[in-house]
Amino acid sequence: MSCQCHGSTGEENEKFKVIDRIIEAHKGQEGALIPVLHQAQEVIGYLPEDVQAYIAEKLGIPLSEVYGVVSFYTLFSTEPKGKHVISVCLGTACYVKGSGNILAEFEKTLGVKVGGTTKDGMFTLEACRCLGACGLAPVLTVDGDVHGRLVTKDVAEIINKYKTGN
Amino acid sequence: MEMINLTIDGQKVQVPEGTTVLEAARKAGIDIPTLCYLKDINKIGACRVCLVEIEKTRGLQPSCTYPVSEGMHVKTNTPLIREARKAVVELILSNHPMECLTCNRNRNCELQALSKQLGITDIRFQGENTTFPMDFSSAAVERIPDKCILCRRCVAVCGKAQGIGILGATERGFKSIVAPAFHRPLAEVNCVLCGQCINVCPVGALREKSHVQKVWDAIANPDKVVFVQTAPAVRAALGEEFGLPIGTIVTKKMVAAIRRLGIDKVFDTDFTADLTIMEEGSELVQRIKNGGKLPLITSCSPGWVKYCEHHAPEFLENMSTAKSPQQMFGALVKTYGAEKYGIDPARIFSVSVMPCTAKKFEAERPEMKASGFTDVDAVLTTRELASMIKEAGIDFAALPDEEYDDPMGMSTGAGLIFGVTGGVMEAALRTVYELVTGEHLEKIDFVAVRGLKGVKEATIELPPVGTVRVAVAHGLGNAKKLLDKVKAGEQYHFIEIMACPGGCINGGGQPIVSSAERMRLQEDYRAMRAKAIYQEDKGMIMRKSHENPAIIKIYEEFLLKPLGEKSHHLLHTHYQPRVKYRALANQEECKE
Ligand code: SF4
Ligand code: SF4
Ligand code: SF4
Ligand code: FES
Repeated sequence: MSCQCHGSTGEENEKFKVIDRIIEAHKGQEGALIPVLHQAQEVIGYLPEDVQAYIAEKLGIPLSEVYGVVSFYTLFSTEPKGKHVISVCLGTACYVKGSGNILAEFEKTLGVKVGGTTKDGMFTLEACRCLGACGLAPVLTVDGDVHGRLVTKDVAEIINKYKTGN
Repeated sequence: MEMINLTIDGQKVQVPEGTTVLEAARKAGIDIPTLCYLKDINKIGACRVCLVEIEKTRGLQPSCTYPVSEGMHVKTNTPLIREARKAVVELILSNHPMECLTCNRNRNCELQALSKQLGITDIRFQGENTTFPMDFSSAAVERIPDKCILCRRCVAVCGKAQGIGILGATERGFKSIVAPAFHRPLAEVNCVLCGQCINVCPVGALREKSHVQKVWDAIANPDKVVFVQTAPAVRAALGEEFGLPIGTIVTKKMVAAIRRLGIDKVFDTDFTADLTIMEEGSELVQRIKNGGKLPLITSCSPGWVKYCEHHAPEFLENMSTAKSPQQMFGALVKTYGAEKYGIDPARIFSVSVMPCTAKKFEAERPEMKASGFTDVDAVLTTRELASMIKEAGIDFAALPDEEYDDPMGMSTGAGLIFGVTGGVMEAALRTVYELVTGEHLEKIDFVAVRGLKGVKEATIELPPVGTVRVAVAHGLGNAKKLLDKVKAGEQYHFIEIMACPGGCINGGGQPIVSSAERMRLQEDYRAMRAKAIYQEDKGMIMRKSHENPAIIKIYEEFLLKPLGEKSHHLLHTHYQPRVKYRALANQEECKE
């Protein structure tokens, strides 16, 4: 009999197949958990509960341990990413030039904390380490595109630009 | 093994290589304070309460993880050390709800004891207190995370000894807390409610769901008749709550104490343990003869049953259909017992006293209403019974010896040893041998299945049936190892599994043995409790379940025969698979 279950769509199965391949590549390695989580997040975009549970099962470790790691490192996200990912550099050079204020301005304007995603699914706000563009400090990237020499009033402009798609 | 010489506080000590400084100090009669360390269970050097000075090293070292070396000089009591330890404990206390007066671990709390031991009279640090929601969701185990000191002993026992890993360290910094994954309530995860985490928690962050008030209310209710059953392992540990040494059997004083609480009749779960042997033993013989599903696996440990449902549903068919002694007792007390005493079963309030927390969950299973009523109305742990005796102001040591009520208080040594790992197996072998061969069994001590080895195996010759292979596992980590062997093709006829390491004598409802006490004891406290039970069994006149006159009688006048119609209705049941991880529930269905 074919599978009658409604919970797992084709897309879902695809997701688990991807994880299978990632785990296969790390088979038998000590400390495989963090690299596996990392790659899974790269492919899927975030680490929802079922993905964490699946990884726990496949690696034969308790789910609480997987969740412990995911919740410990800020680099892991348990929520889907927004359409655009804003990543503000908090490296020393940028920080000195006020990237902390830029980040705070984004938090205020978007109404989310760092790591969060706006309700409309438009933006995810992240903080990152040095991007190697210190000459342009303070910098940030939106979907990988670098914006530099920022002041707080640029924040609204950037948001607007990506919102309207210009 | 090579011996190492070292000096601790000016005393020369000789210990085997690999010993820690903490253990070596104990040998020299010095108790270094600890908090996260727990002998044989947790050794992670996290709390830094056990700091000592070691010559030629920089700073202070945690003695619980530091190995001894030849010629080492250790100091355990200097101004620097005292100050550092105090600071560590004051930091913990600065983010701790100081509710000792209303805490269920009041005067039985390692943090409280430590604060006193270190002479802390003032807390120099001040900070915000973190608060987390409490979790009262499950039928048996409650979490009060605000009291958690992040020692991770529960993480170790649940992950390593039990091989389950419900609790883990989550989040970071100020937000960090030991909790199930995604902060799910215990009732929604694959926790088996064994309560082992409670037994290792140094503070009041984990506890059983109390049924004490329910029982007081029933006693005070003139319309209710309160009947109590007491499990085998309770008598081997209850005395510890009243200052008696570990390994003191207090059966008769316990019966007297329970009567003085205002209980109408006191019965013995050992009686239905004997009955379990009759039913389960017959089931074994039947399965062997008729080519039924083997190995047959015991079902009297509700922690194990729940484990099997969540983690090893492929073995549910192997599970004996015989109910546990607690549930057999519950079903009978409101049928056979009601008849015997001429009491309307609706008036009976049936209470069990158990060494176990999972029994609270078992009693609440929807299928456990065979008598037409809830078979077991309340389940008290050994600790809860002790608290009631104390509340009633009963001088336990001064009580006279009293006997159980008849007929459901009559039992054998076989029923008694149910309280120890290997006991159900041994009791079953004593009976099955005689029933199958028709011969008298001379040597009834099956020592091969006794003791604390994780997995025990034995082979018995049963002439008409042939060679019977049996195995015993205690602690769910060991159970998994044994089940893996079965999956790999190893053949057994009969397997006993108890969820708790050591069996019921170390159940999640038993008196808590503190870290300091575990250090000081020469022997494993579980072995001490077990020894007491075997000693008692040896002294009993009746040591085989099928020789119990009350068992013979209940078959004559009520049940008629093992596995008969009445038994089927009252004494047998079935279990259902449960999901392990809810997030994967759909996935799991898909595989079928
Ligand atoms: S856990 Fe210990 S220190 Fe904390 S409130 Fe309870 S008794 Fe007091
Ligand atoms: S009750 Fe048992 S299974 Fe549940 S968290 Fe505690 S140790 Fe783990
Ligand atoms: S719940 Fe208890 S045993 Fe577990 S980490 Fe907290 S204090 Fe330690
Ligand atoms: S670090 Fe040794 S007892 Fe905690």
